[in-house]
Amino acid sequence: MQLEAPPIDSIPYGLYSDPEIYAREQERIFRGHAWNYVGLEAEIPNPGDFKRTWLGDRPIVVVRGRDGKVNVVENVCAHRGVSFCFQEYGNTKAFQCPYHQWSYDLTGKLIGIPFRKGIGGKGGLAEDFDMSEHGLTALHVACRNGVIYASYDATMESLEEYFNDNLYYIDRMFNGRELRVLGYWRQRINCNWKLMVENLRDPYHATLLHVFLVAFSLNRADQPSSARLDRDGKHGAFTSRRGGEIDTEATKEIQAASKGFALQGPQLLAPVKEFPDADTLVMQSIWPNIILQQQLNALAIRQIVPRGPNAFELHWTCIGYADDDDDMIARRQMQANLVGPAGFVSVDDSEVIEMIQRGVTAYNESAGVVPMGGTGTESCDYTVTEAPLRAFHKYYRQVMGL
Amino acid sequence: MIAAPDSELRFALLGLYDDYAAALDDELERWPDLFTEEGIYRVIARENYERGLLWPTMSCRGRGMLRDRVTAIRQTSVYTPRQMRHVVSGIRVLGEAPNGYRTQATFLVGESGPDTESRLYAIGRYIDVVERDPDAANGYRFADKMCVYDGNLILSTLIYPL
Repeated sequence: MQLEAPPIDSIPYGLYSDPEIYAREQERIFRGHAWNYVGLEAEIPNPGDFKRTWLGDRPIVVVRGRDGKVNVVENVCAHRGVSFCFQEYGNTKAFQCPYHQWSYDLTGKLIGIPFRKGIGGKGGLAEDFDMSEHGLTALHVACRNGVIYASYDATMESLEEYFNDNLYYIDRMFNGRELRVLGYWRQRINCNWKLMVENLRDPYHATLLHVFLVAFSLNRADQPSSARLDRDGKHGAFTSRRGGEIDTEATKEIQAASKGFALQGPQLLAPVKEFPDADTLVMQSIWPNIILQQQLNALAIRQIVPRGPNAFELHWTCIGYADDDDDMIARRQMQANLVGPAGFVSVDDSEVIEMIQRGVTAYNESAGVVPMGGTGTESCDYTVTEAPLRAFHKYYRQVMGL
Repeated sequence: MIAAPDSELRFALLGLYDDYAAALDDELERWPDLFTEEGIYRVIARENYERGLLWPTMSCRGRGMLRDRVTAIRQTSVYTPRQMRHVVSGIRVLGEAPNGYRTQATFLVGESGPDTESRLYAIGRYIDVVERDPDAANGYRFADKMCVYDGNLILSTLIYPL
């Protein structure tokens, strides 16, 4: 697909369904110059512990080696291409492909081939077959405060440089406190993966689409909020504070505000402050494959796994901290009703981005507009803007060569 | 495992589970009444259940929260229209509980939308505690209902409870 360079406030619909664009994204974005989230150290605390996951649409395994170091290897046997690891998690001394029992150590090195010398002097491998050339491809790995990132690119900068201006928000959630995995959710959403990222980059929709938030006074257009972007526009953080502001002109435009809803189970909305600042909502989109969520005390990492141009999976790892008491865990669990595949807020997003897919696929020669707040791509302290969306597409076009 | 339940109990449980399915599919407002006042409702992916992580995809504590869920489905959530159909089978009594029984059942949930063919949406089991209540239509209400879904992947969204 050849696209003319469109204006910065225009998004061609063809980007969401074209197979060539999708293939180029896998190569240039997920397997390109990026640190992809692949898991948490808390998920694999001991040598030999592993978990299965994906980088872009490719299956990988994250494993802690005997030396305690985290390794990330492709989940595909070098012999015949079997995606050999089918357990979600476990502990092992080595990986063995079930087909012909080729085995690999925890760094991906090929260590065993049955019948190498054949049987009775017949068959087997040639003398010059070099096992060291047939290991599992190992990725570059970096860890920061218990979070594991991987890349195919050998020239990656440090995580601190990679996150640059967004480091404050990353470290706000992962400040070195020991993490605790509370549970997982997985969801298949029938739309292009970028629509999920864009949804988190769109502060304009928050009080319009999410009637629940407004009806139950969880979020209002007039509360202090901001959209923070790093210098490249590749990471973004949307922040908001629940405040006691009285109704203003802003809420008049939101129909639901006047309906007078009251929660019958008010325990849902009883957050406690746990971060140094007063933000009650921080949604970060971190290039290329995660969204970090703080919705009150509900914390999660949402990992994007593309499944072709028209679908993706969202793998949610819901977390707390190792020193959470029972009350805190119960609170996180109650507030988790706001998010996830059944979340009072999140379902609106998942549903509406599927509706977008139906529109943009059918009208793939057209383009949409993102004119709110002008044509800028900088951070701002208000929500009626599409600057973070423009910033995403500016960086996206640069990486994609579009 | 206790002795096979007598026919009266078996009939009462059949009625309760049939009522539960009918409420979810066609009369959602009646759904909270099938629980005790403090009733607990949880939907949990099998992968979490098997790892001992009782982390719910959807959860309610008490009828108030069950009613909030109904309000959200009816009035605030944005989603494409769909019709769900619950099929409950294999109801078993696993043992006694205070003023009731521990029960288990299998569920299949179908989904039909306006622009899509009907599909099987979820498969799993209910792991429940039912409590006697003379005021309840079937003589029992759910004190604790845990819906463990087998396929860990939720197809699009979970709007209606399982």
